[in-house]
Amino acid sequence: MKAAGAPTQRPADARLLVVDADGRLRHAARAELADHLRPGDLLVANDAATIPASLGGVHERSGAVLEIRLAGRRSLAVDDVRRFTAVVFGAGDHHTRTENRPSPPDLRAGDTLMLGPLEATVLRLLGHSRLVELRFAGTPDAIWDGIARHGRPIQYAHVDRSLALWDVWTRAAALPVAFEPPSAGFVLDWRLLETLRARGVGFATLTHAAGISSTGDPMLDAQLPFDEPYYLPETTVQAIARARGRGGDVIALGTTVTRALEHAARRGPRLRPGAGVATQRIGAFTALRVVDRIVTGVHEAGSSHYQLLRAFASDAVLERMSVVLEQSAYRWHEFGDSVLLARQGRSKEARHGSGPKKATTDSPGASPARSALARLRSSAPARDPSAARGSAGRLARRQLDPR
Amino acid sequence: MTTIPALSWDGLRVAVTGGTSGLGLALVETLSARGAAVAFVARRRQRVIDVAQRHPGAHGIAGDVSRKDETYPIAMRITAALGGLDVLINNASHLGPVPLALLGDTECEDLEAALATNLVGPFRLTKALLGALAASAREGRPALVINIISDAAVTPYAGWGAYGASKAALLHLSRIWDEELQAHGIRVQGIDPGDMDTPLHALAVPDADRTSLKLPADAAREIVGFIEAQAVERKPSGESRRRTDPTPG
Repeated sequence: MKAAGAPTQRPADARLLVVDADGRLRHAARAELADHLRPGDLLVANDAATIPASLGGVHERSGAVLEIRLAGRRSLAVDDVRRFTAVVFGAGDHHTRTENRPSPPDLRAGDTLMLGPLEATVLRLLGHSRLVELRFAGTPDAIWDGIARHGRPIQYAHVDRSLALWDVWTRAAALPVAFEPPSAGFVLDWRLLETLRARGVGFATLTHAAGISSTGDPMLDAQLPFDEPYYLPETTVQAIARARGRGGDVIALGTTVTRALEHAARRGPRLRPGAGVATQRIGAFTALRVVDRIVTGVHEAGSSHYQLLRAFASDAVLERMSVVLEQSAYRWHEFGDSVLLARQGRSKEARHGSGPKKATTDSPGASPARSALARLRSSAPARDPSAARGSAGRLARRQLDPR
Repeated sequence: MTTIPALSWDGLRVAVTGGTSGLGLALVETLSARGAAVAFVARRRQRVIDVAQRHPGAHGIAGDVSRKDETYPIAMRITAALGGLDVLINNASHLGPVPLALLGDTECEDLEAALATNLVGPFRLTKALLGALAASAREGRPALVINIISDAAVTPYAGWGAYGASKAALLHLSRIWDEELQAHGIRVQGIDPGDMDTPLHALAVPDADRTSLKLPADAAREIVGFIEAQAVERKPSGESRRRTDPTPG
């Protein structure tokens, strides 16, 4: 694999590795994603627009230059924009890999940060010297104005050029609540929506505040994903019920969609529409209740993303997938190629039977593939997605980051 | 929440460009008075602040729709302030050369400036907000783009070359986009508000008899009526909607 360094959302030669419910793999052109969806299926996207969440500024008490990356918020309410969780870096920018960035100045509760037109107060440290809760001064309109004028999209060293918002907003981007783009949605364009409609494939959305994918700090990365607020429209709940009624699959466009849908279904088979905060971790032992297939990017960052895929497929399948991605030179990262991964080992009857559905997993410790992967992962703390660009150790460092 | 809230102005989310003078200001006033959630965009920050102060609840956004790098920040401010978007009114307009010039005397830069504000700007902003409008449509709400055009978009008035050509292009853009988006529940309409007593008209025809010109507030009321008519048209069967304003005459 190689890093996708050009911020093109839909490269003409983008590829799609299709992994079916029996673990069979085949190569496809991503532009033909719709060919892999059947009438009655439902594609669900995250329609969050991405805010320019990287804010450069100065720590007033020390005079030190720093960068904060907004990373979390309590709700999606339009006026709830005073308090954010943020990751703080020392001087520098995205051209330096996050794990090589200097530490921020010593931060204390009550410190003032001058961030261009914005002023923020550190309310408290959140168990780590680089993770803080901030409160911005001013009205919600003034805070949004400051973020709009001063902020830059969060980005990583594998993309050299400075990103603009148009690089990171998907075609479905609506409410600006994501801190990094829900990049599985880059595949969307209006032509695809037309094709889906013509084929009788449904399209629905939810809004999920996609968080950051890497902090450069292993301890913090281990906490990812942070809690993420979302909103699930009633119309999407109805569309899922219709798809189910027709025997169709629910295909999540990205991990954030999966996390939100599964959170909304955590209390039983009936999805709860409305606002929620996704707090759960999805992993090998998670029984997926809603999502049958996932479209996801090919990345090496963020073990949480890899963990999520383990709810869909056994480690043996995921490892075979990784080997094929590697051998076939798929491009990773947010502007790279994609995977369409089906939940493994389910007969059609089991999928549409009653009760919550179980994801099939290998029993822990029993699989040689699992222990091989465990070894690989132990040598691969989550890191800046750019870190593994060199050829040496690429396989060892590769992870799958669906965003 | 249930499916479609019957159209009530309370909660309808509307954005207006060029919102601090002429028709745009009248739209901000009329829509605010109806109870719509309004965001407006204009270039001059101080005027934005002044208008916002006079209309508590309306969200003022300083920005220039003719500038590419301001498009997305403006779009973000709109959806952030309103929590989404149901109606976008691309009203900001550029006259072209002042005083009006015959095309043979029109500087290329003046034509480009008219196109930037009257055609490319609305295209960019609409495109950036299309996701929000589509989200509105998926939830069964009205999703509508109104592009303010002019009879100069249809009639070839001598001296109005830059303005007329740019508005003609905007009208055709509206028609094509409407064709493409109807199936997705989004309508795009060009509306000619008529000759109004506005700063732009005064620039174009300084010696006009102002008493013969339409008041911007009257044109704004007609556009508000049009929005209601569109929303009523979208009404699903069996659901009652409240209409609070007559359709334009």
